[in-house]
Amino acid sequence: MIKTKFDYDYYLRKNTLPHIWCPGCGDGIILKALLRAIHKCGYSKDEVVITSGIGCASRLPGYVDFNTIHTTHGRALTFAIGIKMYKPRLKVITISGDGDALAIGGNHFIHAARRNIDMTLIVFNNYTYGMTGGQYSPTQPLDSYSTTTPFGNIESPFDVCNLAQAAGATWVGRSTSYHAVQLEKFMVNALNHTGFSVLDVITNCHISYGRRNKMKSPVDMVKYQKEKAIAARSAENMSAEELAGRFKTGVLFEKNDKPEFSSEYYKKLESIKTK
Amino acid sequence: MSKNIKLMQGNEAIAEGAVIAGCDFFAGYPITPSSEVAEILSNKLPKIGKVFLQMEDEIAALGAVLGAALGGAKAITASSGPGISLKQEHIGYASMCEIPCVIINVMRGGPSTGLPTLPAQSDIMQARWGTHGDHAIIAITPSSVNESLYETIRAFNLAVKYRTPVMILTDEIIGHMREKVVIPDKNEVEIIDVKLPDVPPEKYNPYNFTSGKVTPLAPMGEGYRYHVTGLIHGETGFPSQKTDVIQNAENWLIDKIYKNIKDIEKFEEFQLEDADILIVAYGSTSRSARQAIMMARAAGIKAGMFRPITIWPFPEEQISSLSKKIKKILVPEMNMGQVILEVQRNACGSKVYGLNIVNGEPITPDQIYAKIKEVSEL
Repeated sequence: MIKTKFDYDYYLRKNTLPHIWCPGCGDGIILKALLRAIHKCGYSKDEVVITSGIGCASRLPGYVDFNTIHTTHGRALTFAIGIKMYKPRLKVITISGDGDALAIGGNHFIHAARRNIDMTLIVFNNYTYGMTGGQYSPTQPLDSYSTTTPFGNIESPFDVCNLAQAAGATWVGRSTSYHAVQLEKFMVNALNHTGFSVLDVITNCHISYGRRNKMKSPVDMVKYQKEKAIAARSAENMSAEELAGRFKTGVLFEKNDKPEFSSEYYKKLESIKTK
Repeated sequence: MSKNIKLMQGNEAIAEGAVIAGCDFFAGYPITPSSEVAEILSNKLPKIGKVFLQMEDEIAALGAVLGAALGGAKAITASSGPGISLKQEHIGYASMCEIPCVIINVMRGGPSTGLPTLPAQSDIMQARWGTHGDHAIIAITPSSVNESLYETIRAFNLAVKYRTPVMILTDEIIGHMREKVVIPDKNEVEIIDVKLPDVPPEKYNPYNFTSGKVTPLAPMGEGYRYHVTGLIHGETGFPSQKTDVIQNAENWLIDKIYKNIKDIEKFEEFQLEDADILIVAYGSTSRSARQAIMMARAAGIKAGMFRPITIWPFPEEQISSLSKKIKKILVPEMNMGQVILEVQRNACGSKVYGLNIVNGEPITPDQIYAKIKEVSEL
């Protein structure tokens, strides 16, 4: 039974709190938005599976009262695919950081997108490996600093959304931990979408990233999210110079006619049976 | 009832055994010489409404297997040398989180890419120690196509019963050769199924480290909500850094296998009653050893064989007691000396000799016979 009135306590495993996240971290805002979104979608706790990899964001499943699997580094999507294909009735969500999803887990990211399997990936994108002390990640902006780019980053970052779309995901969006209301709305959209949905959430790690990049307080980083985010529609009329250093937010891509993998698989089974 | 006898390949027998065992899910990645297991299951599983997945890599294959297993599936993957190396982290995860799964390793020559189409037995130690951290594992070394089928069924049973990864270590010879197989009816073999826990969800803990009994793994999505993590965890499944919890958790991973060794062990003894020379051989090499023993006996040398079928946990007790009676032990294996280390460790005062051939060819009966003769004269 789903409670009609939303209550965080109903979804939290309160005995596992307090969480490990640093004061001022954006991850808690994303967690709360996720619980509200799951509630809005009307899922029962028993039908939700959350998998995660390794890293700060990936600790989320431990705190929430669903079927939760804290897997190995980068591989959360592979466990998600396994359980989704075996029990397609389950609602499968994967939580991953930027390093987890796009560096060590990059191969699984593109292949989950290619298959267009009905799951939602939420990338907690804070440009850094926070848990290990702030090494540069595959989304870290050019010229920024980290414990392993002491002279500035010269590697081009991935754009999570472009990559997801190019690889075949059929719902792609971006929000931030500052835009909490929009974030919840996008999560609902992503969860309701049939197919592989990827939500890139820009979040703040002032401890490991901000501190080395002139944004040492959570407030500095929240301001960064507020100022650098540009609604996709507004960005359409802006020049490349105007968009430099900024990121688009919004539902960036949606496609509803690409076959979804798990239902195609079971359809195929039916057709084999009748032969 | 007439017997259902077929001529089939070792890899096919594994697939057949998996289906009889009630396999619900396969995920794999193509690799020689195991690919036939995937190819055959890609045909068999969909026809019976089960899931076959070819994943993007070896790591993803075992990840998907473990995800499905957490949903309650009987799940299997198949690979060989380099692929098994890639799977090691998830083998550790399966041990740590106590997720049942069957891993087929059709051994080929190594290290690295090695000898993709030629046999070896060089993954025995990898099977035991390949993943980091203390853990136990069950591994089985069938020596025929027929045994591949039955041992695959047993592997599924042990995986479910002990909530552990179970590895089948065949090799390129057994995987690719064709032999007679007696296919059993489902009711002729023991099949252990995944069960719901016998307690209601609110009383369920996914782990129990102290009762000595293996808690059933509740399939996810059936009302038993719990947390799974590769971090050291307590009986509730949540991470813990308490010293007593850590120690109990570590002890349990070893104890649940080693304290049940009588149930897990399986071996064959061949002409051991009066033997003066003990051959410890497993897998395809044991076939040559059997022939060599007959040659030796014809020449008046009393040789006999102990053949571990369950290779991990190692049959320490049996080797130890045999070595009290038989003072010369020969361990032929297609590696540079792996099982011999276990034999030496457990042999009390016997001389242990190795015959190690790693040239991509099977060890022949003649080679083993020559070594038996040499050892008998020492």
